Amino acid sequence: MTVETDPAVATDGAAAPDAPRLVLDARDLNVYYGEFMAVRNVHVAVPRNEIVAMIGPSGCGKSTVLRCFNRMNELIDGCRVTGEVRYHGVDLYDRQVDAVEVRRRIGMVFQKPNPFPKSIYDNIVFGPRIAGVAKSEFDGIVESSLRKAALWDEVKDRLKSSALGLSGGQQQRLCIARAVATNPDVLLMDEPCSALDPIATGKIEDLMHEIKAEYTIVIVTHNMQQAARVSDRTAFFTVEVNSDSDRRTGVLVEYDDTEKIFSNPSDSRTENYVTGRFG
Amino acid sequence: MAFGQVLDAGTADRVKASLAGGRDVRGVLFRVVLQLALLFTVVILAALLVQVLTLGWETLATRLGDFLTAESRSRAKEAGVFQGLRGTLWIGVVTTLVAFPLGISAAVYLEEYAPKNRMTRFIELNIRNLAGVPSVVYGILAYTIFVTLLRPVTGGKTALSGALAVAVLVLPVIIITSAEAIRAVPDSLREAGFGVGATRWEVIRSHVLPYAAPGILTGTLLSLGRALGEAAPLILVGAVAGSVGYSGGLLDPGQLREQFTAMPIVIATWSTNARPGFDQITAAAIVVLLVVVLLANATAIVLRNRFEKKR
Repeated sequence: MTVETDPAVATDGAAAPDAPRLVLDARDLNVYYGEFMAVRNVHVAVPRNEIVAMIGPSGCGKSTVLRCFNRMNELIDGCRVTGEVRYHGVDLYDRQVDAVEVRRRIGMVFQKPNPFPKSIYDNIVFGPRIAGVAKSEFDGIVESSLRKAALWDEVKDRLKSSALGLSGGQQQRLCIARAVATNPDVLLMDEPCSALDPIATGKIEDLMHEIKAEYTIVIVTHNMQQAARVSDRTAFFTVEVNSDSDRRTGVLVEYDDTEKIFSNPSDSRTENYVTGRFG
Repeated sequence: MAFGQVLDAGTADRVKASLAGGRDVRGVLFRVVLQLALLFTVVILAALLVQVLTLGWETLATRLGDFLTAESRSRAKEAGVFQGLRGTLWIGVVTTLVAFPLGISAAVYLEEYAPKNRMTRFIELNIRNLAGVPSVVYGILAYTIFVTLLRPVTGGKTALSGALAVAVLVLPVIIITSAEAIRAVPDSLREAGFGVGATRWEVIRSHVLPYAAPGILTGTLLSLGRALGEAAPLILVGAVAGSVGYSGGLLDPGQLREQFTAMPIVIATWSTNARPGFDQITAAAIVVLLVVVLLANATAIVLRNRFEKKR
């Protein structure tokens, strides 16, 4: 854990004005599925307009942590979260906070492209429509969202045709367009390229760099090169096996600048993982 | 060694021998058994259709209009199914209005809202059991509740009581088929909806129900078609076996508060009548009921295709 020792990242949202503002700040985060502790004691602070990557082996809880950031976890029966996730200083798990409002501000892109089985146009305007945006603005939102997702030129002539007719890479970019259509300030991406070929992956990585100026992005990835290519900071998670119960719990090993994680990590477990000698 | 050359002739022979398969006798047998099962079903259905059509053809061909508009008489040549059609029509309407919304709502609650705990599982199990309860039992229940206790509402042994009996009968089947259709909606679709800030209600209304609609419709309308042929609960609720005193038109909702009969009752009554000509008009009535049920199923298919195109 180097968040505290890194002067560039203040641990408090109300830090000095020249310090980067924290958009998301998870503290003492524990996640349980029923009695079983899935993730233990996570601290991750996400500064504005940065890309934070979360890497680690399967089952290390990185997706679970990601889903804590917009309260998608509570859709799973028996899932319970303790600790805090501060969003601009406000605890998302405060009783007065409405999960629906949270998800309008913190958008999500999923592992498998999951467009609605409707037209491209309807996919994008669904979010604005339920948020009460006037119909007259829909056309503009559709164009600007698709442009941000670098999809406009490919689909502008068939906005009314089904989104399911798009290729996998196009569908995933449509999902990104759908996520930005509600004008969130954070985008959570759960292995967004794992179902895509290298060309489509490259397009999405380029896209992330372009929209970084407007959004803060947290991405979960299995692909270490991807984390190294796109992110400013990287959190490495691993699995701890409880020898008594054989239960597996995810823990955060190290969170630091991406460059440091990949060139000079402080924890040997991180080094073993990023150099391919996972053990 | 040149590229593309086989190692030696011996290798080629060995590979050839190992690749050659014996005849898959069990596979062929299995396939024949499956074909026989299908053939058996089709033959029974065809025999049934041929029998009722040949027997009822004369009535249907010579006096179809009269047969559909006449009341039940003691002479077969003058008898018709009008009152049965009227009863069955209204039973179908009320069942649709009562059982469909109730059943689909219960299914949505069970699948989308109810916590997945023991209580929910217990309730689900019991709904499944209810679907297997014989229809006669529903008749007794309906008699006690709708004919006796709710007499001020239903008017006693009326078409409304009969319709409510049928509605209660199909309710468990509608809940089960709707719940299965809703369960088949991929979770990724729900996540997509929640992910852009939709409430549970918005996700259900905009994504879950449209996706599940074809399955829900098919299941519910098929169960309705089946229920329209049920005689047992209607007999217990007091359907009239002969001619009904009430003389309203086919589309007159007054039928609901009056004595009634229905197609399966007409068929059951005529089939036990030994007088000449009743065999023929029984067959003709069966054809009429089959057409009604086929119409319900055809509606299901048309609606399903429309919803599938939309989704």
